[in-house]
Amino acid sequence: MKTLELGKANLEVFADTLIELAKKDKRIVVVTSDSRGSGKLVPFAEQLPDQIIEVGIAEQNLVGVAAGLAAAGKKVFAVSPACFLTARALEQIKNDICYSDHPVKLIGISAGVSYGALGSTHHSLFDFAVLRAINNISILAPADNFETRESVKLAAEMLQPVYIRFGKRAIEHVHRPNADFEPGKAIIIREGRDVAFIATGETVVQSLLAAQLLEQKGIFCRVVSMHTIKPLDEKIIFETAKKCKALMTVEEHLVYGGLGEACAAYLMQAGVVLPFKIVGIRDEYTPTGSQLEIFKEYGMTAEGLAGTAIKLIEKK
Amino acid sequence: MTDQELKQKSIIYRKKILTYIKQANAGHTGGSLSCVDILNVLYNRILNVTPENFYDLKRDHYIQSKGHSVEALYVVLADKGFFPESDLETLCQHGSRYVGHPTRKVKGIEHNTGALGHGLSYGVGVALAGKMDNKVFVLLGDGELAEGSNWEALLTASHYQLDNLCAIVDLNRLQITDWTRNVCCTDPLDEKFKAFGWSVQHVDGHDVKALTKVLSSVPFEKGKPSMIIANTVKGKGVSFIENNYKWHHHVPTDEEYKKAMKELNQALQKLNNEKENN
Ligand SMILES: [Mg+2]
Repeated sequence: MKTLELGKANLEVFADTLIELAKKDKRIVVVTSDSRGSGKLVPFAEQLPDQIIEVGIAEQNLVGVAAGLAAAGKKVFAVSPACFLTARALEQIKNDICYSDHPVKLIGISAGVSYGALGSTHHSLFDFAVLRAINNISILAPADNFETRESVKLAAEMLQPVYIRFGKRAIEHVHRPNADFEPGKAIIIREGRDVAFIATGETVVQSLLAAQLLEQKGIFCRVVSMHTIKPLDEKIIFETAKKCKALMTVEEHLVYGGLGEACAAYLMQAGVVLPFKIVGIRDEYTPTGSQLEIFKEYGMTAEGLAGTAIKLIEKK
Repeated sequence: MTDQELKQKSIIYRKKILTYIKQANAGHTGGSLSCVDILNVLYNRILNVTPENFYDLKRDHYIQSKGHSVEALYVVLADKGFFPESDLETLCQHGSRYVGHPTRKVKGIEHNTGALGHGLSYGVGVALAGKMDNKVFVLLGDGELAEGSNWEALLTASHYQLDNLCAIVDLNRLQITDWTRNVCCTDPLDEKFKAFGWSVQHVDGHDVKALTKVLSSVPFEKGKPSMIIANTVKGKGVSFIENNYKWHHHVPTDEEYKKAMKELNQALQKLNNEKENN
Protein backbone atom coordinates (compact mmCIF):
# COMPACT_ATOMS: atom_id res chain seq x y z
CA MET A 1 0.00 0.00 0.00
CA LYS A 2 1.26 3.42 -0.95
CA THR A 3 1.76 5.71 2.03
CA LEU A 4 0.72 9.30 1.58
CA GLU A 5 3.36 11.92 2.18
CA LEU A 6 2.62 14.12 5.16
CA GLY A 7 2.36 17.86 4.49
CA LYS A 8 1.85 20.83 6.79
CA ALA A 9 -1.35 21.73 8.58
CA ASN A 10 -3.73 23.45 6.15
CA LEU A 11 -3.91 26.22 8.71
CA GLU A 12 -0.19 26.89 8.26
CA VAL A 13 -0.48 26.82 4.49
CA PHE A 14 -3.32 29.31 4.73
CA ALA A 15 -1.19 31.67 6.84
CA ASP A 16 1.86 31.29 4.58
CA THR A 17 -0.20 31.91 1.45
CA LEU A 18 -1.92 34.92 2.92
CA ILE A 19 1.33 36.61 3.91
CA GLU A 20 2.70 36.07 0.40
CA LEU A 21 -0.41 37.57 -1.16
CA ALA A 22 -0.65 40.45 1.30
CA LYS A 23 2.93 41.52 0.72
CA LYS A 24 2.10 42.02 -2.93
CA ASP A 25 -1.36 43.48 -2.45
CA LYS A 26 -1.78 46.18 0.18
CA ARG A 27 -5.55 46.02 -0.12
CA ILE A 28 -5.51 42.67 1.65
CA VAL A 29 -6.53 43.08 5.29
CA VAL A 30 -6.93 40.43 7.95
CA VAL A 31 -9.40 40.86 10.79
CA THR A 32 -8.98 38.67 13.87
CA SER A 33 -10.89 38.14 17.10
CA ASP A 34 -7.96 37.41 19.40
CA SER A 35 -7.34 34.57 16.95
CA ARG A 36 -4.00 35.47 15.37
CA GLY A 37 -2.20 32.80 17.41
CA SER A 38 -4.67 30.05 16.60
CA GLY A 39 -4.75 31.29 12.99
CA LYS A 40 -0.92 31.10 12.71
CA LEU A 41 -0.98 34.80 11.87
CA VAL A 42 1.67 36.03 14.31
CA PRO A 43 4.29 36.38 11.52
CA PHE A 44 1.68 38.22 9.44
CA ALA A 45 1.07 40.66 12.29
CA GLU A 46 4.80 41.19 12.78
CA GLN A 47 5.61 41.69 9.11
CA LEU A 48 2.46 43.50 7.98
CA PRO A 49 1.16 45.36 11.06
CA ASP A 50 -0.82 47.82 8.93
CA GLN A 51 -2.78 45.01 7.31
CA ILE A 52 -4.17 43.34 10.38
CA ILE A 53 -7.05 44.56 12.51
CA GLU A 54 -7.73 43.05 15.89
CA VAL A 55 -11.24 43.44 17.31
CA GLY A 56 -10.85 41.32 20.41
CA ILE A 57 -13.04 38.38 21.35
CA ALA A 58 -16.10 39.68 19.54
CA GLU A 59 -17.07 37.59 16.51
CA GLN A 60 -20.23 39.52 15.65
CA ASN A 61 -18.19 42.70 15.55
CA LEU A 62 -15.45 40.89 13.57
CA VAL A 63 -17.87 40.11 10.75
CA GLY A 64 -19.57 43.52 10.78
CA VAL A 65 -16.24 45.35 10.71
CA ALA A 66 -15.07 43.04 7.90
CA ALA A 67 -18.15 43.98 5.87
CA GLY A 68 -17.42 47.70 6.29
CA LEU A 69 -13.78 47.25 5.31
CA ALA A 70 -14.78 45.26 2.21
CA ALA A 71 -17.34 47.89 1.24
CA ALA A 72 -14.58 50.47 1.44
CA GLY A 73 -12.44 48.57 -1.06
CA LYS A 74 -10.34 46.22 1.06
CA LYS A 75 -9.86 42.52 0.35
CA VAL A 76 -10.84 41.24 3.74
CA PHE A 77 -10.07 37.90 5.38
CA ALA A 78 -12.09 37.53 8.58
CA VAL A 79 -10.34 34.81 10.55
CA SER A 80 -11.80 33.07 13.58
CA PRO A 81 -12.39 29.53 14.81
CA ALA A 82 -15.10 28.01 12.58
CA CYS A 83 -17.29 27.14 15.57
CA PHE A 84 -17.55 30.76 16.77
CA LEU A 85 -17.46 32.46 13.39
CA THR A 86 -20.38 30.58 11.89
CA ALA A 87 -22.57 30.33 14.98
CA ARG A 88 -21.99 33.44 17.09
CA ALA A 89 -21.84 35.69 14.04
CA LEU A 90 -24.33 33.89 11.81
CA GLU A 91 -26.70 36.83 11.55
CA GLN A 92 -23.81 39.11 10.60
CA ILE A 93 -22.76 36.60 7.94
CA LYS A 94 -26.32 36.42 6.63
CA ASN A 95 -27.06 40.16 6.59
CA ASP A 96 -23.79 42.09 6.56
CA ILE A 97 -21.92 39.81 4.17
CA CYS A 98 -24.30 37.69 2.08
CA TYR A 99 -27.46 39.79 1.83
CA SER A 100 -25.51 43.04 1.56
CA ASP A 101 -23.15 41.38 -0.93
CA HIS A 102 -19.85 42.53 0.55
CA PRO A 103 -17.15 40.15 -0.71
CA VAL A 104 -15.58 39.14 2.61
CA LYS A 105 -13.54 35.95 2.84
CA LEU A 106 -14.65 34.17 5.99
CA ILE A 107 -11.98 31.81 7.25
CA GLY A 108 -13.13 29.16 9.70
CA ILE A 109 -10.02 27.79 11.36
CA SER A 110 -9.77 24.49 13.23
CA ALA A 111 -13.07 23.39 11.75
CA GLY A 112 -15.07 20.22 12.28
CA VAL A 113 -13.64 18.32 15.25
CA SER A 114 -10.10 19.69 14.82
CA TYR A 115 -10.14 20.98 18.37
CA GLY A 116 -10.78 17.39 19.42
CA ALA A 117 -10.83 16.95 23.17
CA LEU A 118 -11.59 20.63 23.78
CA GLY A 119 -15.15 19.47 23.26
CA SER A 120 -18.38 20.40 21.55
CA THR A 121 -18.17 24.14 22.27
CA HIS A 122 -15.19 24.17 19.90
CA HIS A 123 -16.54 21.84 17.20
CA SER A 124 -18.21 23.10 14.04
CA LEU A 125 -20.38 20.29 12.75
CA PHE A 126 -23.19 22.58 11.59
CA ASP A 127 -21.39 25.16 9.43
CA PHE A 128 -22.10 23.56 6.03
CA ALA A 129 -25.76 23.19 6.97
CA VAL A 130 -26.33 26.76 8.12
CA LEU A 131 -24.34 28.37 5.34
CA ARG A 132 -25.85 26.20 2.62
CA ALA A 133 -29.20 27.65 3.63
CA ILE A 134 -28.01 31.22 3.10
CA ASN A 135 -28.05 32.85 -0.32
CA ASN A 136 -24.90 34.31 -1.89
CA ILE A 137 -21.98 32.49 -0.32
CA SER A 138 -19.59 29.85 -1.60
CA ILE A 139 -18.49 27.16 0.84
CA LEU A 140 -15.07 25.54 0.50
CA ALA A 141 -13.39 22.80 2.52
CA PRO A 142 -9.92 22.13 1.10
CA ALA A 143 -8.56 18.61 1.51
CA ASP A 144 -4.83 19.22 1.60
CA ASN A 145 -2.11 21.84 1.32
CA PHE A 146 -2.54 22.19 -2.45
CA GLU A 147 -6.28 22.80 -2.25
CA THR A 148 -5.79 25.19 0.67
CA ARG A 149 -3.25 27.29 -1.16
CA GLU A 150 -5.38 27.45 -4.31
CA SER A 151 -8.55 28.26 -2.32
CA VAL A 152 -6.90 31.15 -0.52
CA LYS A 153 -5.38 32.55 -3.72
CA LEU A 154 -8.70 32.41 -5.56
CA ALA A 155 -10.67 33.74 -2.59
CA ALA A 156 -8.50 36.85 -2.52
CA GLU A 157 -9.77 37.74 -5.98
CA MET A 158 -13.37 36.62 -5.55
CA LEU A 159 -16.01 39.31 -5.81
CA GLN A 160 -18.61 37.31 -3.87
CA PRO A 161 -18.65 36.17 -0.26
CA VAL A 162 -16.83 32.92 0.46
CA TYR A 163 -16.36 30.68 3.48
CA ILE A 164 -13.30 28.43 3.70
CA ARG A 165 -12.83 25.97 6.55
CA PHE A 166 -9.94 23.70 7.39
CA GLY A 167 -8.26 21.87 10.24
CA LYS A 168 -5.14 22.22 12.34
CA ARG A 169 -3.55 18.75 12.05
CA ALA A 170 -0.66 18.22 9.61
CA ILE A 171 -2.35 16.64 6.62
CA GLU A 172 -1.27 14.19 3.92
CA HIS A 173 -0.95 15.30 0.31
CA VAL A 174 -3.70 13.86 -1.86
CA HIS A 175 -3.06 15.64 -5.15
CA ARG A 176 -0.46 15.44 -7.81
CA PRO A 177 1.43 18.76 -7.85
CA ASN A 178 -0.06 20.19 -11.05
CA ALA A 179 -3.73 19.41 -10.51
CA ASP A 180 -6.31 21.92 -11.70
CA PHE A 181 -8.25 23.78 -9.10
CA GLU A 182 -11.40 25.72 -9.66
CA PRO A 183 -14.09 26.48 -7.06
CA GLY A 184 -17.25 24.53 -7.81
CA LYS A 185 -15.37 21.91 -9.81
CA ALA A 186 -14.59 18.73 -7.90
CA ILE A 187 -11.37 16.79 -8.51
CA ILE A 188 -11.19 13.06 -9.25
CA ILE A 189 -8.19 11.80 -7.30
CA ARG A 190 -8.47 8.12 -8.07
CA GLU A 191 -10.45 6.07 -10.55
CA GLY A 192 -12.52 2.93 -9.96
CA ARG A 193 -15.94 1.54 -10.88
CA ASP A 194 -17.05 -0.34 -7.76
CA VAL A 195 -17.54 2.21 -5.01
CA ALA A 196 -17.27 5.97 -5.18
CA PHE A 197 -16.20 8.13 -2.25
CA ILE A 198 -17.29 11.72 -2.60
CA ALA A 199 -15.48 13.35 0.28
CA THR A 200 -14.70 16.86 1.42
CA GLY A 201 -12.05 18.52 3.56
CA GLU A 202 -9.87 16.39 5.77
CA THR A 203 -11.89 13.23 5.15
CA VAL A 204 -10.55 13.03 1.59
CA VAL A 205 -7.29 11.59 2.92
CA GLN A 206 -9.21 8.89 4.80
CA SER A 207 -11.24 8.08 1.71
CA LEU A 208 -8.14 7.75 -0.40
CA LEU A 209 -6.57 5.42 2.17
CA ALA A 210 -9.80 3.40 2.27
CA ALA A 211 -9.67 3.06 -1.51
CA GLN A 212 -6.15 1.66 -1.20
CA LEU A 213 -7.29 -0.89 1.38
CA LEU A 214 -10.22 -1.92 -0.80
CA GLU A 215 -7.99 -2.35 -3.84
CA GLN A 216 -6.18 -5.12 -1.96
CA LYS A 217 -9.54 -6.89 -1.75
CA GLY A 218 -10.19 -6.39 -5.46
CA ILE A 219 -12.64 -3.54 -4.96
CA PHE A 220 -11.84 -0.54 -7.08
CA CYS A 221 -12.92 2.89 -5.91
CA ARG A 222 -13.29 6.31 -7.38
CA VAL A 223 -12.32 9.08 -4.94
CA VAL A 224 -13.61 12.59 -5.55
CA SER A 225 -12.46 15.61 -3.59
CA MET A 226 -15.56 17.77 -3.36
CA HIS A 227 -13.70 20.83 -2.08
CA THR A 228 -16.67 23.08 -2.83
CA ILE A 229 -19.88 22.30 -0.97
CA LYS A 230 -21.67 25.19 -2.59
CA PRO A 231 -22.04 25.62 -5.51
CA LEU A 232 -22.14 21.84 -5.73
CA ASP A 233 -20.54 20.14 -8.74
CA GLU A 234 -23.66 18.23 -9.78
CA LYS A 235 -22.15 17.14 -13.05
CA ILE A 236 -19.47 15.08 -11.38
CA ILE A 237 -21.96 13.61 -8.89
CA PHE A 238 -24.20 12.48 -11.74
CA GLU A 239 -21.36 11.04 -13.73
CA THR A 240 -19.92 9.28 -10.66
CA ALA A 241 -23.29 7.78 -9.70
CA LYS A 242 -23.74 6.49 -13.24
CA LYS A 243 -20.29 4.98 -13.36
CA CYS A 244 -20.01 3.31 -9.94
CA LYS A 245 -22.06 0.58 -8.26
CA ALA A 246 -22.36 2.36 -4.92
CA LEU A 247 -21.72 5.85 -3.61
CA MET A 248 -20.57 7.09 -0.22
CA THR A 249 -20.24 10.67 0.91
CA VAL A 250 -17.78 11.51 3.65
CA GLU A 251 -17.59 14.73 5.64
CA GLU A 252 -16.39 16.11 8.96
CA HIS A 253 -19.85 17.43 9.74
CA LEU A 254 -23.10 16.20 11.20
CA VAL A 255 -24.88 13.79 8.85
CA TYR A 256 -27.60 16.42 8.57
CA GLY A 257 -27.49 19.33 6.15
CA GLY A 258 -24.02 18.83 4.70
CA LEU A 259 -22.42 17.27 1.64
CA GLY A 260 -24.24 13.94 1.97
CA GLU A 261 -27.72 15.39 2.03
CA ALA A 262 -26.81 17.77 -0.78
CA CYS A 263 -25.72 14.83 -2.95
CA ALA A 264 -28.77 12.76 -1.98
CA ALA A 265 -31.15 15.58 -2.80
CA TYR A 266 -29.50 16.13 -6.14
CA LEU A 267 -29.44 12.43 -7.13
CA MET A 268 -33.04 11.83 -6.07
CA GLN A 269 -34.23 14.74 -8.15
CA ALA A 270 -32.07 13.64 -11.07
CA GLY A 271 -33.73 10.24 -10.87
CA VAL A 272 -30.51 8.37 -10.13
CA VAL A 273 -30.83 5.55 -7.61
CA LEU A 274 -27.94 3.46 -6.29
CA PRO A 275 -26.72 2.10 -2.93
CA PHE A 276 -25.87 5.27 -1.06
CA LYS A 277 -24.45 6.07 2.37
CA ILE A 278 -23.85 9.36 4.14
CA VAL A 279 -20.85 9.09 6.46
CA GLY A 280 -20.35 11.82 9.02
CA ILE A 281 -20.88 12.57 12.69
CA ARG A 282 -24.09 11.16 14.19
CA ASP A 283 -26.64 13.40 15.86
CA GLU A 284 -25.52 12.83 19.45
CA TYR A 285 -23.13 14.21 22.06
CA THR A 286 -19.74 13.77 20.45
CA PRO A 287 -17.29 11.68 22.52
CA THR A 288 -14.05 13.12 23.83
CA GLY A 289 -10.98 12.50 21.71
CA SER A 290 -8.62 13.81 19.08
CA GLN A 291 -9.83 14.45 15.53
CA LEU A 292 -8.64 11.01 14.42
CA GLU A 293 -10.10 9.26 17.46
CA ILE A 294 -13.46 10.85 16.74
CA PHE A 295 -13.14 9.88 13.06
CA LYS A 296 -12.53 6.30 14.17
CA GLU A 297 -15.55 6.32 16.47
CA TYR A 298 -17.78 7.27 13.53
CA GLY A 299 -16.23 4.99 10.94
CA MET A 300 -14.51 7.84 9.15
CA THR A 301 -10.96 6.45 9.09
CA ALA A 302 -9.69 4.23 6.26
CA GLU A 303 -10.71 0.97 7.99
CA GLY A 304 -14.16 2.19 8.91
CA LEU A 305 -14.86 3.57 5.47
CA ALA A 306 -13.61 0.38 3.78
CA GLY A 307 -15.89 -1.72 6.02
CA THR A 308 -18.92 0.41 5.19
CA ALA A 309 -18.09 0.23 1.48
CA ILE A 310 -18.01 -3.57 1.55
CA LYS A 311 -21.37 -3.76 3.34
CA LEU A 312 -22.82 -1.32 0.85
CA ILE A 313 -21.90 -3.36 -2.23
CA GLU A 314 -22.84 -6.64 -0.53
CA LYS A 315 -26.28 -5.21 0.12
CA LYS A 316 -26.57 -4.63 -3.57
CA MET B 1 -30.12 76.37 2.42
CA THR B 2 -31.53 78.53 5.24
CA ASP B 3 -32.81 77.18 8.54
CA GLN B 4 -36.27 78.24 7.42
CA GLU B 5 -36.00 76.19 4.25
CA LEU B 6 -34.76 73.17 6.20
CA LYS B 7 -37.70 73.44 8.60
CA GLN B 8 -40.00 73.54 5.61
CA LYS B 9 -38.37 70.44 4.19
CA SER B 10 -38.85 68.62 7.49
CA ILE B 11 -42.60 69.15 7.31
CA ILE B 12 -42.76 68.20 3.64
CA TYR B 13 -40.75 65.04 4.38
CA ARG B 14 -43.19 64.17 7.16
CA LYS B 15 -46.13 64.52 4.79
CA LYS B 16 -44.43 62.29 2.27
CA ILE B 17 -43.50 59.65 4.87
CA LEU B 18 -47.14 59.40 5.92
CA THR B 19 -48.36 59.42 2.34
CA TYR B 20 -46.13 56.56 1.20
CA ILE B 21 -46.79 54.53 4.34
CA LYS B 22 -50.50 55.03 3.78
CA GLN B 23 -50.19 54.04 0.12
CA ALA B 24 -48.10 50.96 0.89
CA ASN B 25 -50.28 50.08 3.85
CA ALA B 26 -47.03 49.27 5.66
CA GLY B 27 -44.13 51.02 7.30
CA HIS B 28 -42.63 52.32 10.50
CA THR B 29 -44.42 55.55 11.18
CA GLY B 30 -43.23 56.63 14.63
CA GLY B 31 -39.50 56.02 14.09
CA SER B 32 -39.43 57.65 10.66
CA LEU B 33 -41.04 60.79 12.05
CA SER B 34 -38.60 60.81 14.97
CA CYS B 35 -35.38 60.66 12.89
CA VAL B 36 -36.34 62.67 9.81
CA ASP B 37 -34.94 65.98 11.06
CA ILE B 38 -31.58 64.31 11.66
CA LEU B 39 -31.63 62.92 8.10
CA ASN B 40 -32.70 66.29 6.77
CA VAL B 41 -29.70 68.06 8.29
CA LEU B 42 -27.29 65.26 7.38
CA TYR B 43 -28.24 65.08 3.70
CA ASN B 44 -28.86 68.79 3.14
CA ARG B 45 -25.99 70.26 5.14
CA ILE B 46 -23.41 67.78 6.36
CA LEU B 47 -22.79 64.75 4.18
CA ASN B 48 -20.63 64.93 1.13
CA VAL B 49 -22.80 62.35 -0.63
CA THR B 50 -24.55 62.95 -3.92
CA PRO B 51 -25.92 60.69 -6.66
CA GLU B 52 -22.85 61.70 -8.67
CA ASN B 53 -20.18 60.76 -6.10
CA PHE B 54 -22.02 57.81 -4.56
CA TYR B 55 -19.69 55.22 -6.11
CA ASP B 56 -16.57 57.11 -5.03
CA LEU B 57 -15.44 55.55 -1.75
CA LYS B 58 -13.85 58.80 -0.57
CA ARG B 59 -17.29 60.37 -0.07
CA ASP B 60 -18.87 60.51 3.38
CA HIS B 61 -20.88 57.51 4.52
CA TYR B 62 -24.25 57.21 6.20
CA ILE B 63 -25.47 53.94 7.66
CA GLN B 64 -28.93 53.63 9.13
CA SER B 65 -28.63 50.97 11.77
CA LYS B 66 -32.24 51.49 12.85
CA GLY B 67 -33.25 50.16 9.46
CA HIS B 68 -36.97 50.05 10.17
CA SER B 69 -37.20 53.82 9.78
CA VAL B 70 -36.49 53.36 6.10
CA GLU B 71 -39.38 55.49 4.88
CA ALA B 72 -37.63 58.61 6.20
CA LEU B 73 -34.46 57.59 4.37
CA TYR B 74 -36.25 56.83 1.07
CA VAL B 75 -38.05 60.17 1.14
CA VAL B 76 -34.84 62.12 1.80
CA LEU B 77 -32.86 60.18 -0.84
CA ALA B 78 -35.58 60.80 -3.42
CA ASP B 79 -35.46 64.50 -2.60
CA LYS B 80 -31.69 64.46 -3.11
CA GLY B 81 -32.14 62.95 -6.59
CA PHE B 82 -30.90 59.40 -5.96
CA PHE B 83 -34.02 58.06 -7.68
CA PRO B 84 -37.32 59.44 -8.95
CA GLU B 85 -39.75 60.01 -6.11
CA SER B 86 -42.52 58.31 -8.08
CA ASP B 87 -40.61 55.03 -7.47
CA LEU B 88 -41.85 55.18 -3.89
CA GLU B 89 -45.35 54.49 -5.11
CA THR B 90 -44.18 50.87 -5.37
CA LEU B 91 -42.98 50.79 -1.72
CA CYS B 92 -43.34 47.27 -0.28
CA GLN B 93 -45.23 46.05 -3.35
CA HIS B 94 -44.53 42.70 -4.98
CA GLY B 95 -41.38 42.98 -7.07
CA SER B 96 -40.47 46.48 -5.89
CA ARG B 97 -36.86 47.22 -5.01
CA TYR B 98 -38.14 49.52 -2.26
CA VAL B 99 -38.19 46.92 0.53
CA GLY B 100 -39.46 47.70 4.02
CA HIS B 101 -35.88 47.93 5.30
CA PRO B 102 -32.80 49.54 3.69
CA THR B 103 -31.41 47.61 0.77
CA ARG B 104 -28.51 48.25 -1.57
CA LYS B 105 -30.81 47.64 -4.49
CA VAL B 106 -31.73 51.29 -3.94
CA LYS B 107 -29.13 53.84 -4.99
CA GLY B 108 -27.96 55.89 -2.03
CA ILE B 109 -28.10 52.99 0.41
CA GLU B 110 -24.81 51.33 1.12
CA HIS B 111 -25.63 48.62 3.60
CA ASN B 112 -28.61 46.37 4.20
CA THR B 113 -29.94 46.81 7.69
CA GLY B 114 -33.08 45.82 9.51
CA ALA B 115 -31.74 43.29 11.97
CA LEU B 116 -30.73 45.56 14.83
CA GLY B 117 -27.24 46.02 16.22
CA HIS B 118 -25.43 45.67 12.89
CA GLY B 119 -24.84 49.21 11.62
CA LEU B 120 -22.18 50.34 14.05
CA SER B 121 -19.74 47.46 13.41
CA TYR B 122 -20.10 48.05 9.68
CA GLY B 123 -19.49 51.76 10.26
CA VAL B 124 -16.36 50.95 12.26
CA GLY B 125 -15.09 48.90 9.30
CA VAL B 126 -15.69 51.72 6.83
CA ALA B 127 -14.10 54.23 9.21
CA LEU B 128 -11.05 51.99 9.68
CA ALA B 129 -10.59 51.58 5.93
CA GLY B 130 -10.80 55.25 5.13
CA LYS B 131 -9.29 56.86 8.18
CA MET B 132 -8.85 60.61 7.72
CA ASP B 133 -10.30 60.74 4.20
CA ASN B 134 -13.95 61.04 5.05
CA LYS B 135 -16.55 60.85 7.79
CA VAL B 136 -18.84 58.00 8.67
CA PHE B 137 -22.20 58.59 10.36
CA VAL B 138 -24.29 55.81 11.89
CA LEU B 139 -27.85 56.31 13.13
CA LEU B 140 -28.82 54.08 16.03
CA GLY B 141 -32.17 53.57 17.67
CA ASP B 142 -32.41 53.67 21.43
CA GLY B 143 -34.26 50.36 21.73
CA GLU B 144 -31.56 48.81 19.55
CA LEU B 145 -28.92 49.58 22.17
CA ALA B 146 -29.91 46.44 24.06
CA GLU B 147 -28.16 44.46 21.29
CA GLY B 148 -24.74 43.51 22.67
CA SER B 149 -23.02 43.84 19.30
CA ASN B 150 -23.34 47.62 19.58
CA TRP B 151 -21.14 47.58 22.64
CA GLU B 152 -18.52 45.44 20.88
CA ALA B 153 -18.40 48.04 18.12
CA LEU B 154 -18.23 50.91 20.61
CA LEU B 155 -15.11 49.31 22.11
CA THR B 156 -13.40 48.82 18.75
CA ALA B 157 -14.15 52.40 17.68
CA SER B 158 -12.45 53.89 20.71
CA HIS B 159 -9.62 51.33 20.64
CA TYR B 160 -8.72 52.52 17.13
CA GLN B 161 -9.38 56.18 18.01
CA LEU B 162 -11.80 56.52 15.11
CA ASP B 163 -12.45 60.25 15.20
CA ASN B 164 -13.83 60.05 11.66
CA LEU B 165 -16.77 58.06 13.04
CA CYS B 166 -19.88 59.64 14.49
CA ALA B 167 -22.86 57.75 15.90
CA ILE B 168 -26.20 59.38 16.55
CA VAL B 169 -28.75 57.87 18.91
CA ASP B 170 -32.34 58.71 18.01
CA LEU B 171 -33.38 58.83 21.66
CA ASN B 172 -37.15 58.84 21.40
CA ARG B 173 -37.38 56.71 24.56
CA LEU B 174 -39.90 54.36 23.00
CA GLN B 175 -39.72 50.98 21.34
CA ILE B 176 -42.27 48.58 19.93
CA THR B 177 -43.51 47.30 23.32
CA ASP B 178 -43.33 50.25 25.67
CA TRP B 179 -41.08 52.98 27.01
CA THR B 180 -37.47 51.85 26.66
CA ARG B 181 -36.88 52.31 30.40
CA ASN B 182 -39.63 49.73 31.03
CA VAL B 183 -38.22 47.23 28.51
CA CYS B 184 -34.48 47.43 29.11
CA CYS B 185 -33.27 50.56 30.82
CA THR B 186 -30.10 51.94 29.23
CA ASP B 187 -29.79 55.12 31.30
CA PRO B 188 -27.50 56.89 31.88
CA LEU B 189 -26.44 56.61 28.27
CA ASP B 190 -23.96 59.47 28.18
CA GLU B 191 -21.95 58.02 31.05
CA LYS B 192 -21.91 54.62 29.41
CA PHE B 193 -20.65 56.01 26.10
CA LYS B 194 -18.03 58.13 27.88
CA ALA B 195 -16.86 55.08 29.80
CA PHE B 196 -16.49 53.31 26.44
CA GLY B 197 -14.12 56.05 25.27
CA TRP B 198 -16.44 58.19 23.17
CA SER B 199 -16.83 61.94 23.20
CA VAL B 200 -20.50 62.66 23.85
CA GLN B 201 -22.81 65.60 23.12
CA HIS B 202 -26.54 66.04 23.54
CA VAL B 203 -28.82 67.81 21.10
CA ASP B 204 -32.48 68.45 20.45
CA GLY B 205 -32.99 66.02 17.59
CA HIS B 206 -35.71 68.18 16.01
CA ASP B 207 -33.87 71.51 16.09
CA VAL B 208 -32.23 71.84 12.67
CA LYS B 209 -30.02 74.71 13.80
CA ALA B 210 -28.72 72.81 16.83
CA LEU B 211 -28.31 69.62 14.77
CA THR B 212 -26.29 71.52 12.18
CA LYS B 213 -24.03 72.91 14.86
CA VAL B 214 -23.33 69.62 16.57
CA LEU B 215 -22.96 67.58 13.36
CA SER B 216 -20.54 70.15 11.91
CA SER B 217 -18.30 69.96 14.94
CA VAL B 218 -17.42 66.26 14.50
CA PRO B 219 -14.94 65.11 15.75
CA PHE B 220 -15.65 66.61 19.14
CA GLU B 221 -12.23 65.51 20.35
CA LYS B 222 -9.16 64.44 18.44
CA GLY B 223 -8.58 60.70 18.69
CA LYS B 224 -12.08 59.89 19.92
CA PRO B 225 -15.21 58.75 18.12
CA SER B 226 -18.13 61.15 18.51
CA MET B 227 -21.52 60.24 19.94
CA ILE B 228 -24.55 62.46 19.57
CA ILE B 229 -27.48 61.75 21.84
CA ALA B 230 -30.38 63.27 19.96
CA ASN B 231 -33.42 63.79 22.15
CA THR B 232 -36.39 63.13 19.96
CA VAL B 233 -40.11 62.44 20.10
CA LYS B 234 -41.36 59.30 18.42
CA GLY B 235 -44.01 60.32 15.90
CA LYS B 236 -42.88 63.97 16.05
CA GLY B 237 -44.98 66.51 14.13
CA VAL B 238 -48.42 64.93 14.43
CA SER B 239 -50.06 65.40 17.82
CA PHE B 240 -51.86 62.08 18.05
CA ILE B 241 -48.91 60.03 16.79
CA GLU B 242 -46.36 61.56 19.18
CA ASN B 243 -45.12 59.51 22.14
CA ASN B 244 -47.38 56.55 21.51
CA TYR B 245 -45.73 53.16 21.14
CA LYS B 246 -48.76 51.89 19.23
CA TRP B 247 -47.63 54.00 16.28
CA HIS B 248 -44.37 52.05 15.94
CA HIS B 249 -45.71 50.51 12.76
CA HIS B 250 -49.31 51.54 12.74
CA VAL B 251 -50.54 52.70 9.34
CA PRO B 252 -52.88 55.72 9.47
CA THR B 253 -56.54 55.12 8.67
CA ASP B 254 -58.19 57.43 6.14
CA GLU B 255 -59.46 59.58 8.98
CA GLU B 256 -56.07 59.68 10.76
CA TYR B 257 -54.28 60.45 7.51
CA LYS B 258 -56.56 63.42 6.79
CA LYS B 259 -56.12 64.73 10.31
CA ALA B 260 -52.33 64.36 10.15
CA MET B 261 -52.11 66.14 6.79
CA LYS B 262 -54.22 68.95 8.17
CA GLU B 263 -51.87 69.39 11.13
CA LEU B 264 -48.78 69.30 8.93
CA ASN B 265 -50.30 71.76 6.43
CA GLN B 266 -51.11 74.10 9.30
CA ALA B 267 -47.52 73.81 10.54
CA LEU B 268 -46.29 74.63 7.06
CA GLN B 269 -48.63 77.63 6.87
CA LYS B 270 -47.42 78.84 10.25
CA LEU B 271 -43.83 78.56 9.13
CA ASN B 272 -44.55 80.56 5.96
CA ASN B 273 -46.32 83.26 7.98
CA GLU B 274 -43.31 83.53 10.29
CA LYS B 275 -41.11 83.94 7.22
CA GLU B 276 -43.27 86.77 5.90
CA ASN B 277 -43.33 88.51 9.27
CA ASN B 278 -39.55 88.38 9.54
MG1 LIG C 1 -36.81 54.20 20.06
